Amino acid sequence: MALTIKVNGQNHSVDVDGDTPLLWVLRDVLGMTGTKFGCGMALCGACTVHIDGVATRSCVTPVDSVGESQITTIEAIGATKAGAKIQKAWLDNEVVQCGYCQSGQIMSASALLASNPHPTDSDIDDAMFGNICRCGTYVRIREAIKKAAQSAGQEG
Amino acid sequence: MILGHLTPRPGQSDPNTLSRRGFLQAGAAAGGGLMLSLSWPFADGEADAAAAGAFAPNAFIRIEGDGQIVLTMPYVEMGQGDYTAIPMLIAEELEVGLDQVRLEHAPPNEKLYGNPLIAGVQATGGSTAIPAAWEPMRRAGATARAMLMSAAASRWNVDPESCRANGGEVLHAPTGRRLKYGELAADAASMPVPASVVLKRSEAFNLIGTPAKRLDSPVKVNGSAVYGIDARPPGVKIATLAQSPVFGGRVKNVDDTAAKAVNGVRQIVRLDDAVAVVADHMGAAKKGLAALTIEWDQGPHAQLTTDEIARGLEKATLNPGPVAQNIGNVEKAMANAATRVEAIYQVPFLAHATMEPMNCTVDVRQDSCEVWVGSQVLARAQAAAAKVTGLPLEKVVVHNHLIGGGFGRRLEVDGVARAVEIAKHVEGPVKVVWTREEDIQHDMYRPYFFDRMSAGLDEKGMPVAWSHRFAGSSILARFLPRAFKHGLDPDTTDGAIDLAYALPNMRVEYLRVEPPGIPTAFWRSVGPSHNVFVTESFIDELAAAAKQDAVAYRRALLDKSPRAKAVLELAAEKAGWGQPLPERAGRGVSVQFVFGTNMAQVAEVEVSKDGAVRVRRVVCAVDCGVVVNPDIVRAQVEGAVIFGITAALYGEITLKDGRVEQANFDTYQMLRISEAPAIEVHIVQSSEPPGGMGEPGTSAIVPAVANAIFAATGKRLRKMPVDASALKQPA
Repeated sequence: MALTIKVNGQNHSVDVDGDTPLLWVLRDVLGMTGTKFGCGMALCGACTVHIDGVATRSCVTPVDSVGESQITTIEAIGATKAGAKIQKAWLDNEVVQCGYCQSGQIMSASALLASNPHPTDSDIDDAMFGNICRCGTYVRIREAIKKAAQSAGQEG
Repeated sequence: MILGHLTPRPGQSDPNTLSRRGFLQAGAAAGGGLMLSLSWPFADGEADAAAAGAFAPNAFIRIEGDGQIVLTMPYVEMGQGDYTAIPMLIAEELEVGLDQVRLEHAPPNEKLYGNPLIAGVQATGGSTAIPAAWEPMRRAGATARAMLMSAAASRWNVDPESCRANGGEVLHAPTGRRLKYGELAADAASMPVPASVVLKRSEAFNLIGTPAKRLDSPVKVNGSAVYGIDARPPGVKIATLAQSPVFGGRVKNVDDTAAKAVNGVRQIVRLDDAVAVVADHMGAAKKGLAALTIEWDQGPHAQLTTDEIARGLEKATLNPGPVAQNIGNVEKAMANAATRVEAIYQVPFLAHATMEPMNCTVDVRQDSCEVWVGSQVLARAQAAAAKVTGLPLEKVVVHNHLIGGGFGRRLEVDGVARAVEIAKHVEGPVKVVWTREEDIQHDMYRPYFFDRMSAGLDEKGMPVAWSHRFAGSSILARFLPRAFKHGLDPDTTDGAIDLAYALPNMRVEYLRVEPPGIPTAFWRSVGPSHNVFVTESFIDELAAAAKQDAVAYRRALLDKSPRAKAVLELAAEKAGWGQPLPERAGRGVSVQFVFGTNMAQVAEVEVSKDGAVRVRRVVCAVDCGVVVNPDIVRAQVEGAVIFGITAALYGEITLKDGRVEQANFDTYQMLRISEAPAIEVHIVQSSEPPGGMGEPGTSAIVPAVANAIFAATGKRLRKMPVDASALKQPA
């Protein structure tokens, strides 16, 4: 069944079953491997993408449920204001270790910052709770989000 | 640095073509550059057959005509920072900036890239990379620099002593002349290798000791980093698999009618003990797998439970075992002791649960095989593929990748062998991806251990006798049989013997008992992951029995270990040891000397009325000798602490009916950001040789948490993970 999805501003026609999770369409059909597989059950957040700006677990999102919505992935998040700030804060704070979960972490954090320029610790917990990091970079993730929020505040 | 080309380039994957002779020698690199390789003393006795790589160089520096410095990395990057810290060592002596260094993954070649601290196995593990690389990598850089300077001096006809190197150039100060390394590389290749080089004094370090930015971060924040699971050779198909749910079971019957009808499914591969579904994409492969009806012959372990394994270990410890350490006379001291303390400790099986699930991409052709994987043991990966295909080693090409979490899981090549078995039945390349459930249920696990502790205290409460007898799997006996001698395993006993404490009478016995029906493997902090929990909990018990402060008690036993004593004092001071805390909150301490690193941690926990434990703050003091990159040291402690708390609070793999009961992150939980404590890391300045930093933070935190729970509740937890029901406040 041919479907058209909009990823990072481009239309892609894909021929897969409609219930195929978006994750596999991105990774295996379109070859966009920045979005990661971690659990397949929305338990770890590695597969997080934005659908119309909302952080969404692509591993449990059937591709035919996306419709006309805009999908944004880690490959293009740097083109958004919040995403660029988060990426910069991630580098400034040296958040990354193995890095495998960080695409998902950055997507969740970017969605948080875009909707809430000055998140509290509790806001950060709520937005980032679903993203597991096995290397344990949580302390730095929290600091980096705060730093990105500060830089947002300075500009605003 | 360019990370986009991290797999070996064609023509570079066969280092045997490189000429090498002597401890360190130069040769002409392709393109007229200078190449240096270095070898380890353990290879000295080998024949000087250059083409056969008999001198076993451990790493290569290549300086190309354009001045590009290429380092072929013998240690892999799995988050621990090797791809930054090791280039720092070379760049320091070569007098170049890190931005001038490019990295390439080393190809599989045990003779060239064997880790001298892991008996020559081409392995990244055991927190050995920096200790192993510290001298030879700096020496390689210094030698290259000396030869470049000689080449410049020769061209200018001046005394090399009047030249100096800086920023990738050689300068002749008296005349202001300068030449870039790239311009000198071809000449330098023909310069004699200096018999010895003088390494920089620590006061002259420009890079070592600085928090230089990680070289691998930029590609990891924009989705462009390539892990094994991201390999996409042209035409690759995707497979996923179901392995016998009981270890040792076999496939009895498969009905694949429904699976074959799934859109995108191409093929079903049936093996003796597994079934794989090959498809156009993982979505179809998983759907196909779910549609299979597999009947298993469950084999001999169909009734196995964790309790049965624990009972077997318990029984084994009723008898004496091989003695790993014996000091003084324990029986006599025990008989004369004023008080005796006895306790039984147990630690569970643990899965690795790397965020990147197990995967391996393989293309088996008629006369060759190509493998794409992220492995901590690349040469073993190659050997595993050669064995399954029956091809000679040189016909197996392995491309290594960035690793999405190792923790010991990728020191094993079971996944490579499995993927090759499947690929043999598939035309063209196939990427085999484990579901999370397969990854957790077919891991190779941190072993279960059962420990009997007893101690005798004198009238002042100080230990005069210490006996530790434990039973469990020996990973080393399988992984590196020659290291397993007289029934003893230097890894499994690490952290139980050679304690930092002065104990006048001490005996440690280890009984190797391999559990049936569950494979075991190294897990972050290996032997100490178990032993430090036991010894640091038990010493805490002794302090409590003596009614003494836990820090003061340890301190009194550390006179012979000044570095351990210093980190203990520093951690206690920074943590505010002794300051009051609210009810059902407490501090716990641990101190250890493992992986060549002295570390103390103080954990502060609070225990809710229903028994839930929250670790609020962790203070760590560490003396790991010379610090190459303090920010990476901090990051490793932070991460190792989270890893250890995860194990202490949640980590447990159990068997029922021979099957692993946990399957995904709902049943095998990970610590999450909302549960992460504040973590402070205090680094002690030291000029001692560097110790390892990837693992000590994990072994230290588990007893610190258990001891803090004791301080908060009076309940001594001798079995991990924490049993919250035991900590409920009585109504």
